[in-house]
Amino acid sequence: MDRSRGYRVFQVINAVILTGVVFVTLYPFVNIIARSFSEERYIVNGEVSVLPRGFNLTTYKIVVSDSMFWTNYANTVLYTVVATAIAMLLTTCYAYVLSKKHLKGRTFLIWVAVFTMIFSGGLIPNYVLVNSLGLTNSIWAIVLPNAISVFNLLVMKAFFEGLPQELEEAAAIDGLNTYGILWRVVLPLSKAVIATMVLFYAVSFWNSWFTAFLYLNEQDLFPVTIYLRNLIAGATGAESAGAAIADVSQAASNIQSVTIMLTVLPILAVYPFVQRYFVSGVMLGAVKG
Amino acid sequence: MSTTLDNPPRDTRPAGAQPGRHKRARPGTWRHALRRDWQLYSLAILPLLFFAIFRYAPMLGNVIAFRKFEPGGNIFGERWVGLRYVKMFLDDPTFWNVFTNTLILGGLTLLFCFPLPIVLALLLNEVRNRRMKRFLQSVSYLPHFLSMVIVAAIVMQMLAIDGPINQLVKALGGQPTVFMQKPEWFRAIFVSSEVWQTVGWGTILYLAALTTIDQQLYEAARMDGAGRWRQIWHVTLPGIRPTAITLLILNIGTFMAVGFEKVLLLYNPLTYPTADVISTYLYRMGVESSNLSYAAAIGLFEALIGVVLISSANVISRRTVGTSLW
Repeated sequence: MDRSRGYRVFQVINAVILTGVVFVTLYPFVNIIARSFSEERYIVNGEVSVLPRGFNLTTYKIVVSDSMFWTNYANTVLYTVVATAIAMLLTTCYAYVLSKKHLKGRTFLIWVAVFTMIFSGGLIPNYVLVNSLGLTNSIWAIVLPNAISVFNLLVMKAFFEGLPQELEEAAAIDGLNTYGILWRVVLPLSKAVIATMVLFYAVSFWNSWFTAFLYLNEQDLFPVTIYLRNLIAGATGAESAGAAIADVSQAASNIQSVTIMLTVLPILAVYPFVQRYFVSGVMLGAVKG
Repeated sequence: MSTTLDNPPRDTRPAGAQPGRHKRARPGTWRHALRRDWQLYSLAILPLLFFAIFRYAPMLGNVIAFRKFEPGGNIFGERWVGLRYVKMFLDDPTFWNVFTNTLILGGLTLLFCFPLPIVLALLLNEVRNRRMKRFLQSVSYLPHFLSMVIVAAIVMQMLAIDGPINQLVKALGGQPTVFMQKPEWFRAIFVSSEVWQTVGWGTILYLAALTTIDQQLYEAARMDGAGRWRQIWHVTLPGIRPTAITLLILNIGTFMAVGFEKVLLLYNPLTYPTADVISTYLYRMGVESSNLSYAAAIGLFEALIGVVLISSANVISRRTVGTSLW
C-alpha cells in the first residue's frame, strides 16, 4: 500500500515535470506565432505572450512581397535538391562497396571514411581549398564539400549488409552485372533506408547556413537561412543587415517573427510524418556504432 | 585546380596491378580481386575522390600552420616558417582568453547536456500511456530539426527587450535587461538554449537501451525487497551505463569545438569577453582578417586537444568500466 501511494505521488510529480518540459519546448513557437500576427505597438510594449494582440497580416504581406525572400527561398530548395541527389549517389555507391565482405581492401576503404570522423581538416584548410578550387559563389561550394556524411554512410552500409545475399547471387547467375544488381535488385529492396537517408540529408542541407555564409557573398545566391541570419544580425547591432526591408516602419522583431515562421513552416509541416524515420535511422546508426 | 590534390592515399592498389589478360590470376592476389570485382571498385572511385579532395587534402592543408601562405598561392603554403605561428598564438593574450572561455563553455555544456537526457529518458520511461509517451517524445525531439539560424533567432526573440523573458522579469518587479549585450548572461543563454535544443533528442538512445533491460531483473529485484528507487539504482542505471559512457566519450571529443555555429550567431563585440571561443576567434582571424596561417595554427592546436581528449576519455573508460569506443 505504502509503495503504491509513493508511486502515485511520483506519477503526479512526473506529470508536472513533463508538462513543464512540453511547455518550455513549445512556448517559443507559440510566442513567435503570436508575435507574427500582432500589431507593432503591443509587441513593443511587451504585451504579446500566447495569443496575438491586434490580429493583422500586415507583416506577412511585407515579408511575402520582398522578392529577395523568395529568391533565397528558391535557392534553399535548389541547393537541398541538388545536394541531396549528389549525396545519395555517392553515399549509396560507397555504402554498397563497403557492404561486400569478400572485397579485398575493404577494411582500408572503411578506414578512409571512418578516420574523417575522428580527425577533420578544420575550418581554415577547407576554406583555403574551396577558394582555390574556384567554387566560391557557386552552388558547388554548398554541395560538394559535404557530399558524404560518414554517419549516413555507415547506416546504409549496415542496411546493405543485412540484405539476403542469395538474391544477389541469383541475379548474378541470371547475367546481371554489379551495376544491374545494385540498381534492379538491391535498391528496390532498400526503399526504407533510402527514404531515411534522403530525409537525413535533405533536412541537414535545408538547415545549413554556415557553408553558404562562408562561400557565398552575392545576395541572390543566399539560401533563406542567410536571409534570416542577416535579419537577426542586424538586430544585434553587431553587423550590417543585408535585409532590403529595413526601411519599412514595422517593428524589426515583428518582421523577424514572420520570417522565422515562414522558414520553419516546411519543417513543422513534414515533421509529424518523418520523425519516426529519423528515430529508426539513428537507432540503426547507433547499433552499428 | 591544383595537381597536389592527388597526394592523399586514395587506393591501395599497387600501380602495376592492372587486370591481366593472358595470365590466370591466383585467388587472394590484387590481380584476382581486380579482375573479379572491378565493377565494385569502380563504384568507389567518385566517393574516394570526394574523400581525397574534401577530407584528406584539408588535413594535409594544415601544414600552412607551419608555412607562409599567400592568398591565391599554393594551398599548402609557400615556404617553411617553423613554429612562428604557434609561438605567436601562445603569446597572444586574446588566445588565452578565448581558450578559457572554451573550457568554461564546454564544461558547462557537458555538465548540463550530458546528464539531463538521462533524467528525461528515465521520466519518459515511467509514462505508462503509450500514446501520451509518443506525444511527449515527438514534442521533445522537435527542436533538433531546426536550423541553427532559427534557434538563434528564437533565442533573440525570447530575450528581446519586449520578449517573454523580460515580460516575466517585469512581472516580478525587475528591470528589463538587454540580455544579448551582457557578457555576464552569455554563458547562461548559451547553455540553456543548448539544453532546449538537444536534451529531447538526446533521450532516443537511452530510451532504446531502457527497452532492452531484461524485465526479469526487475522482478528479481522486487523479490529481494527493492523499492522503485533501489530498482532504478541497481537495475536501470547499470542497464544504460554502456550507452551513457559511449555518449560521454563522444561529448568529450567535441568539447573543444563547442557550439561554434551557435556562438557565431549569438555573440557580438559586447559579449566577446565571455562568448568568444577558440573556433570563433580563429574564424575571425582567418576568414575575416585573412591571417590564414595563424588561424590554421590555432585550429590545429584545437583539433589536437580534441584528439587527446577523446583518446584519454576512451582509455580511462576502458580501464575503469570496461566500455570504450575502440
